[in-house]
Amino acid sequence: MTVSILIFLPLLAAAALFLVKNDWAKHIALVATLAELVITGVLISKFNPNTSFPQMDSTAPWIPQIGAYFVVALDGLNIIPVLLTALVLPLIILSTYKHQYDNRAKAFYALILFMQAGMTTVFLAMDGFLFYVGWEAALIPIYFICGMWGGENRVKITLKFFIYTFAGSLFMLAGLIYLYLHNPNGTFDSSDFYNLQLSLKEQSWLFWAFFLAFAIKVPIFPFHTWQPDTYTEAPAAGSMLLSGVMLKMGLYGMVRWMIPILPLGFNQWYPLAITLAVVGIVYASIIAFKQKDGKRLIAYSSIAHVGLISAAILALNWNGLQGAMIQMLSHGINVVGLFIVWDIISRKMNTRDITQLGGIAKVAPVFATCFLIITLGAVALPLTNGFVGEFLLLSGIYDYNIILVAIAGLTIILGAVYMLRMYKGVMQGPTNDLTIQFTDVTGTDKWVLIIISALVIVIGVYPQPILHLSDAGVRDFIHFMTEKMSATGSNTLPVTK
Amino acid sequence: MNTLILISVLPILLLYLGLYKAKNALLPVTVIGLAVALGLAISQWKAADTVMPIYNGMMLFDHFSIAFTGITVVSTVLILLLSKDYFEKISSHVAEYYSIILFALAGIIVMVSYHNLTMLFIGIEIMSVSLYILAGIKKQDFGSNEAALKYFLMGAFSTGFLLFGIALIYGTTGSFDLDAIRDWALSHKSGSYPMFYTGIMLIIVGLCFKVGAAPFHFWTPDVYEGAPTLITAFMSTVVKTAGFAAFLRLFQNCFVSVAEFWTPVLVIIAGLTLFIGNITALYQQSFKRMLAFSSISHAGYMLFAIVALGANSGNSVFVYATAYSIASIIAFAVLILVQQQQGNDNFESFNGLGRKNPFLAFVLTVAMLSLAGIPLTAGFIGKFFMFTGALAKSHIYLVIIAVLNAIISIFYYFRVIIAMYFRNSEREGLAIPAYFNVVLALSALITLFIGIYPTVIAALIPSVK
Repeated sequence: MTVSILIFLPLLAAAALFLVKNDWAKHIALVATLAELVITGVLISKFNPNTSFPQMDSTAPWIPQIGAYFVVALDGLNIIPVLLTALVLPLIILSTYKHQYDNRAKAFYALILFMQAGMTTVFLAMDGFLFYVGWEAALIPIYFICGMWGGENRVKITLKFFIYTFAGSLFMLAGLIYLYLHNPNGTFDSSDFYNLQLSLKEQSWLFWAFFLAFAIKVPIFPFHTWQPDTYTEAPAAGSMLLSGVMLKMGLYGMVRWMIPILPLGFNQWYPLAITLAVVGIVYASIIAFKQKDGKRLIAYSSIAHVGLISAAILALNWNGLQGAMIQMLSHGINVVGLFIVWDIISRKMNTRDITQLGGIAKVAPVFATCFLIITLGAVALPLTNGFVGEFLLLSGIYDYNIILVAIAGLTIILGAVYMLRMYKGVMQGPTNDLTIQFTDVTGTDKWVLIIISALVIVIGVYPQPILHLSDAGVRDFIHFMTEKMSATGSNTLPVTK
Repeated sequence: MNTLILISVLPILLLYLGLYKAKNALLPVTVIGLAVALGLAISQWKAADTVMPIYNGMMLFDHFSIAFTGITVVSTVLILLLSKDYFEKISSHVAEYYSIILFALAGIIVMVSYHNLTMLFIGIEIMSVSLYILAGIKKQDFGSNEAALKYFLMGAFSTGFLLFGIALIYGTTGSFDLDAIRDWALSHKSGSYPMFYTGIMLIIVGLCFKVGAAPFHFWTPDVYEGAPTLITAFMSTVVKTAGFAAFLRLFQNCFVSVAEFWTPVLVIIAGLTLFIGNITALYQQSFKRMLAFSSISHAGYMLFAIVALGANSGNSVFVYATAYSIASIIAFAVLILVQQQQGNDNFESFNGLGRKNPFLAFVLTVAMLSLAGIPLTAGFIGKFFMFTGALAKSHIYLVIIAVLNAIISIFYYFRVIIAMYFRNSEREGLAIPAYFNVVLALSALITLFIGIYPTVIAALIPSVK
């Protein structure tokens, strides 16, 4: 069994949607994503986590004339993002059950499934051309999802989002072509790219070409300006797709397609890149403090969280990278949970203004409990999923630089303050005329929240299986980079510590 | 050769059909004739491995020629299918229309198959004279008349440059034959030959006029806007493709050895063309005018293949021209339908099309994505080839300019997508004639197929020695 099935199943399901009635679309989409989750589970159970070799791979000629092959495989570096995609998609679809999409439901769910195929391709691709095609194939559907079902200013904001990310990816495309032209085997194969010997000057340029694409996607300060508007204006499912899964494409891209290919360029520029990431954490945390719109607050908190993940990846050591892996999963689950919470609130109350809310905990105990658990996960309380990741991330950055970790750590405290203030503002205190009408969650809403809360706690209490999945991959990656750096004679890389 | 003869005889037959008022037979006869011509061309594919120039070195029907004959004939058929009720409305001389288009096509086939500069000139003239008439075929319409006059004046002017350039080349090398010119250029690498170089420059000017590259592009928007929409479609797809094929054939065959001389000139022209086309397209309110300017910027991308002349240039232009032509045909087809219903072609007249005509909106979206060069459409493969070619020759600055322009182009290509899907308006559903459905569906399928599995056409034209 190969992992290519994970790409083709959502595509087939998306095609199948056009054969059924609009009322059936959401059920088919749910079944398809659940099937994808089950298959992912089976694949992971067969996955051998004690080796970093690519497994369950398949290779097929695609455009042999230009050396582009369909090469997909599962290894320690991409198994967590793949798991995340498969896990989060059914939850997102379940959370849309109470929305009405009328005669466009088929299009809506087909776009989501198409996007799932694109994102899975990005994570599984071992071929640069395939990676790029997946990268863009994931962008087109989310553009339409945000543009067709978004808020009032959707047209302008989604165009800005598209232009931003498209600009980044075009520079990455130029970089990929450059690597391809310098590959003596004339292919886009990632392992060929790892063996390229490019000069420092070439690598510096290429580093920025790739970093730009990834930094915009994540986003890392100062390339984040599209993000808060887009997350706020997007429909709930769109925000979840963007923050839950899509931004991990940028984080993963750095690990697979930037650092190992361009060690010298990375060595030259990573101090600046880490500093940008940490500046982003502080900046976003401060702005998040001021937000009254719940969705916007989550958007800024997401910049802070992923800034921490980026900084740890760029610090390049075992703790940081392992933390990044598990935190990709945890952040994906938590941020989807938070967006679902705000989707429910705005659906029931018609507002996302925190100052107008309050006291909901009194009238909706189930909702309050789940919201609290997810919030605690987001602020990284011990025994929640956020804790494991953030602990490893901070210790990874600590190995690189104590001052940076102090700044980054400070913002964790700030994060806890604004997240808990948000919870307090919405859920506690006296009820008012508006919130007294809040009815507790029922049906699909309830189940989605319970599943997410359970995941928050289970991963927090027993993260070992997840850490184990990526352990060998991360260890060998760090080892590979250490050898590569010592071979080139540069020893300033943090990895040598 | 049989293809050319058939396409030259076919229009005469059509004129007779017109004379005897057999109007209904016009389209079937043309389409069947062109299909046979296409079949004849393709049947020569194997033989083209070892083909030699014929008629004293006048013509050479090699793979390059057959491939470009193929795409121009296919595009013409698609456009003719769209003209089924369209031309009855604007002119009572339908037979003329079909036969003149076929005459132009005959000229185009000479342009992609020449092996002698005189044939290049004859081909361009046959095509151009037909187009002057076609641009003004709406005899009572001022816009159409203006387009025809402008096109004629500019065209005649540029032909002058071309002819003068050919004369200077002949003056230095003593031959019109492409091989002879190549041998001369190879054996005269060092030393200064001002007449030869001036000849090359004048030919560049003449050909840039024909393909609408900046700064020789200023006739395009007015002519494209004034001419009947289907003629515009023909000019901006088939004619442009032929122009580039002719351009490439000449430079790839003759002037590679003196590339150092003309490459900087073409680099500047390509950069200018991209910026001028794109930035002007940004400010257009009319969809048709936007397409006219975007066609200028696509000329800029296609110039990359000539700037970065290499073994794969023929393929690059072929793939790019195919992607661009098919996507443009979709755009023009939808434009005709919307124009008929709304009375104008502003971006606003596309509002809400996504709800009322999902199929139409979908194919137009595919076309716009392809023109913008988004993966999984043919346009991306075309852009990929152009970028690869330019980077292989270390034209990094040119690729950066191209990337910036690709970003700019998103603004205007997405405007119509935004209008169709993200904006609502009270509108009636469009009635789509059956022929349109066939052409649109076929074109969208080709675009997606090339985008997903380009293996079939990615290495069609074997590299030139």
